[in-house]
Amino acid sequence: MSGPVQQAVLEARGLGKSFAMRRGTLDLLRGRPGAVLHAVSDVDLVVSAGETLGIVGESGCGKSTLARMLVRLHEPDAGTLRFQGQDALALTGQDRRSYHRRVQMVFQDPYGSLNPRMRVGEALAEALSVHRVVPKTEIAARIATLLDMVHLPKDAAQRYPHEFSGGQRQRIGIARALSVEPAVIIADEPVSALDVSVQAQIVNLFMELQERLGLALVFITHDLRLVRHIAHRTAVMYLGRVVEQGPAQAMFAQPVHPYTQALLGAVPLVDVQHRARTSGQGVAALRGELPSPLDPPPGCPFHPRCPMAVERCRVERPVLKPAASGWPVACHLAPV
Amino acid sequence: MSDTLLQVRDLAVTFETRRGRVQAVSGVDLSVRAGEIVGLVGESGSGKSVTLRALTRLLHANARISGQVIWRGEDVLALPENRLRAIRGREIAMIFQEPMTALNPVLSIGRQIDENLVAHGSLDQAGRRRRALELLDMVGIASAAQRLENFPHEFSGGQRQRAMIAIALAAEPRLLLADEPTTALDVTIQDQILKLLMNLSTGLGMAMVLVTHDLGVVAQSCDRVCVMYAGRVVERGSVEQVFGRPRHAYTDALLRTMPGFGPSSHTEGAARARLVPIEGQPPRLDRPILGCAFAPRCTHASAQCEVRPEMVDDGSGHEAACFAADALVAV
Repeated sequence: MSGPVQQAVLEARGLGKSFAMRRGTLDLLRGRPGAVLHAVSDVDLVVSAGETLGIVGESGCGKSTLARMLVRLHEPDAGTLRFQGQDALALTGQDRRSYHRRVQMVFQDPYGSLNPRMRVGEALAEALSVHRVVPKTEIAARIATLLDMVHLPKDAAQRYPHEFSGGQRQRIGIARALSVEPAVIIADEPVSALDVSVQAQIVNLFMELQERLGLALVFITHDLRLVRHIAHRTAVMYLGRVVEQGPAQAMFAQPVHPYTQALLGAVPLVDVQHRARTSGQGVAALRGELPSPLDPPPGCPFHPRCPMAVERCRVERPVLKPAASGWPVACHLAPV
Repeated sequence: MSDTLLQVRDLAVTFETRRGRVQAVSGVDLSVRAGEIVGLVGESGSGKSVTLRALTRLLHANARISGQVIWRGEDVLALPENRLRAIRGREIAMIFQEPMTALNPVLSIGRQIDENLVAHGSLDQAGRRRRALELLDMVGIASAAQRLENFPHEFSGGQRQRAMIAIALAAEPRLLLADEPTTALDVTIQDQILKLLMNLSTGLGMAMVLVTHDLGVVAQSCDRVCVMYAGRVVERGSVEQVFGRPRHAYTDALLRTMPGFGPSSHTEGAARARLVPIEGQPPRLDRPILGCAFAPRCTHASAQCEVRPEMVDDGSGHEAACFAADALVAV
């Protein structure tokens, strides 16, 4: 099962972003340059209509910066971004506005991204009128359709965000993203703040809406159980780079990169047959800490934690290239 | 049972708020034996953290606690403050979700371990330093001698949690209360901390109560589990019993919401299938709940659920408060 094979809606090549850190007083006095944080380096990704691309990684791996670049909240300082074949980074004026309409974002904290003083109906109407999606006279009808689409009651339009629970607020966030008829939705940890029973409701909603509207979905999460379930293809990020990218099911069944293997090994599964407590496996899947992105290790960024690292890994950074598995892996030891 | 360390009976906690009384926890029974790890699992507002804090009376002044918390023959809830202080930290220690707010930011880690050693031990200064080094080493912090001088902000999230565990262990507690100790951590670091806690529990014979919302964490690291919903324990038993053959409709539904749960979790069959959510929301706790609190969201609910079901033992020590218990197991 590799998902729909269609032409790319959104395509990034070599995308990169660094942030200059604030220079300390001592650095200024000594004339030393400030530190540079390479948040994302050299990321290639493609997502097609009706397809879900999962992006997984731990804190500091650059997944949120990547999301923000895709919706152009951050301007990339390297690489290209194409939307339906057009250069998305060169768009200006009306075209850029149209890009913002067609590529929408759903955030982790729906409460933080909704105006607390605006009724839900007003928030939705604002998006509709800014982007002139429907004539003024049809706005009310369109709002009713949207609320119905995300399974919220009709009277939700008259209420304020604080009157809703976390899961309902995320539904409002999704309704607002959908209101402007996007082709792509970038969802950054959209269910991480929710209880598991509610998570399932929202995940189902994403899948249902995607199938109904043919949306391309980029689903960013730290939860491997979830991405394995929802994604057609998945990219695993470590310290700003993609280390493995492939079809979700095949890749999670037989991960190639030692980091992907460790990440999967660390997920606590609800599996009463294989319990760490009873099997006496007292050794964690991965030793060591996540390195600081300000001071990444030389060679392969994963080598200090990698159980298989050899001398070459300490000096030469592996590039992402096709492996015997059939998908690209950035590891010197991956069979080709 | 003779080796029972902690016996909680009919614990209830209410908060008096400006908007009225909130019944956060009611009728909780809990027992912890020496050396075992008991999981308290539930969603937000289920009362799991409040229960944990009530055990050593670590709650705000507007909380009213009733029931019994018997710790080695004494009722903690009836103890005078000075006797309670001797138990808290020394016999029963606690670790929290966010180590940065639980640690003192202006004292070095060494100093914070030392404080605990002074308060709860009789070692001289050199002995305390040796012990502090030993503790940091035990929780897996490298170059312990230098790290003793470091302040909390100089540690990463995982190391801070390790440091907090070291402080908690300083007095050699017999019971460790852990409130979502890995929730703020990345998955590979969570794995390290859980395994560390399991090893310490086994190695030191220390009992643990682990509060978490993550069923996977409980499944991997606990011996027994209590499932909480709307302030009550609704199911209790060994992890194998509760997660293998749930006898409460809530536990059953909760397990089904998990992506890739069940035998298909290692195969491809479950991919992109719809998850099975629990519709609706947990009930509000500021008004009385009649009958089973889960009934409005339950697919097994019937007329008899209007009366709250009592906990029933199936004969093997697996208890549940659910009229559908036998129907669930049959499926």
